[in-house]
Amino acid sequence: MCSPITRRRAWACLLVVCLLAGCQRPSRAAAGQGTGGTTLQDQGSDTLVNLALAWAEAYHREHPDVTVSVTGGGSGAGLAALVNGTTDIGNASRLIKPEEVAQAQKKGFTPQEHVVARDAIAVLVNPANPVGQLTLDQIADIYSGKISNWKEVGGEDRPIVRLSRETNSGTHVYFLEHVLRHGKPDDKTLFSTDTLLLPSSEGISVEIRQNPNAIGYDGLGYVTPDLKVVAVGAAPGGPYVRPSVETVNNKTYPIARDLYMYTAGEASGPLLDYLRWILSPEAQAIVADLGFVPVGSK
Amino acid sequence: MRNSRVGEVIVAQLIRVAGYSAIVFVALILFFLIREGGPALLEVPVRNLLGVRWYPIEGYFGLLPLLGGTLVVTLGATAIAAPLGVLTAVYIAEVAPRWAREVLKPVIELLAGIPSVALGFVGILVFVPFVRTTFGLPTGLSAFTGAILLGLIAIPTIVSVAEDAIDAVPRTYRDAALALGATDWQAIWRVTVPAARTGIMTAVMLGVGRAIGETMAVMMVTGNAPVMPSGLLALFHPVRTMTATIAAEMGEVANGSTHYHTLFLIGMVLFLITLAVNLVAAGIVFRQRKRAERILS
Repeated sequence: MCSPITRRRAWACLLVVCLLAGCQRPSRAAAGQGTGGTTLQDQGSDTLVNLALAWAEAYHREHPDVTVSVTGGGSGAGLAALVNGTTDIGNASRLIKPEEVAQAQKKGFTPQEHVVARDAIAVLVNPANPVGQLTLDQIADIYSGKISNWKEVGGEDRPIVRLSRETNSGTHVYFLEHVLRHGKPDDKTLFSTDTLLLPSSEGISVEIRQNPNAIGYDGLGYVTPDLKVVAVGAAPGGPYVRPSVETVNNKTYPIARDLYMYTAGEASGPLLDYLRWILSPEAQAIVADLGFVPVGSK
Repeated sequence: MRNSRVGEVIVAQLIRVAGYSAIVFVALILFFLIREGGPALLEVPVRNLLGVRWYPIEGYFGLLPLLGGTLVVTLGATAIAAPLGVLTAVYIAEVAPRWAREVLKPVIELLAGIPSVALGFVGILVFVPFVRTTFGLPTGLSAFTGAILLGLIAIPTIVSVAEDAIDAVPRTYRDAALALGATDWQAIWRVTVPAARTGIMTAVMLGVGRAIGETMAVMMVTGNAPVMPSGLLALFHPVRTMTATIAAEMGEVANGSTHYHTLFLIGMVLFLITLAVNLVAAGIVFRQRKRAERILS
């Protein structure tokens, strides 16, 4: 009488076992995957995520046996994942911090740095805002809270609403260190406390689009045509420069930076091939298409 | 025969385990929070924790702006959701004709089912510009916008629990009031609702608990600026809530760092607040029940 029940139970057990097997994490690339080619995990900077996706797709088209799976989450998340061994490549829009290197060394490897592209940070305002140019000092004063009305920088009598990326964004840290603090390590200037910290690039562009009081900043690759890009002057009196591939390459635009991919120790095998391919002219052409600045064209 | 008895014992044990598992889970969560968050109390000086500046990448760990932000948004949401929710419940339970009740109840339950991220999108695209232009604010990304969204999230909880409570008031109360010459209105406001007030209080408390813990929608529309709220106008300024802080920063934080421990400490504080709200709600119910028993005996 009880045989059908036993059989059903056996089936249930089998099902559970199958599900558990399905849950198993795909092993890291270095271990390879035996049957279905190689999968590389690539995680980190949201600034880099679109570029990394475009690279992954193009590379997969040329090398169908290699799949690169890309996730964002911020530079910090990517480097943390690299340290914890859950990703092969950590994307970062800032240099790795000494404490992150120390953590990696505790796990037995030294992260290797690869500059894969360059990026300019554009300062954005609402198209209705008459202000079209700002000096670095003015931008720093706006974000540190010394300037709170647009009329102080030649605009209308409106309060300034400061928008920023969250503190886990490499763009945020870069802006803090190179704009607010003018690149001086002993400068302790902070963002004004009423700076809005938005969790995504999209959040920033939506708010700037609808709010004439807003000022924001973001990677050049994220600027949409319906936002007004401010020309930035390194010194009062100009020259004021708008960010573009040319002005970043000839170093006249003052807010530009390198973008990095980090690997756990020396890359080898498919990972090394992928990183070499990224520096090829073909992959760097994708960089230019997405509004970033290719490396190798200094 | 023997087989079925063994089965019965196993099933009984399984049910018992399921019953106790909730306690075990809560205890484990609390244990985990204390283990991960406790070190923050040793690593960060108390004066820093009680500061008014939250900027973790530079070592500022002031929790007060976050606590204040959560309180402002939650109180705002309660002020919106409690009257609306209770009135809706009264309407559905006492006034609405049968067909309206049959439409309203599922629609409100549907409202409960809308993912908060989707509500957040509506918030960003509709409420944020609306709040800015209507109130002449510098930006619509404010505690008030967050309170509206949280109100929408808390209303279904309040309505369904309060409606059950009002429904549970014995028919005879109403009939007695009406027989004594009370109008429908008087019967509802002087007899039925006061008789159900324990349940209504519980409904509001559960709604508040739901609002405190909500993350995604709040993170999208409150602007997340860690400003210390001061005065009534704080409702119309940007704020950063505790939940949004954990959600925004947990992903990047280095495992085991001071920042990591402090985020867990925030989790502990949230847990304690929710626990307190639930205890107050339970306390009200308990006291009311005792009073009812006294009157009956």
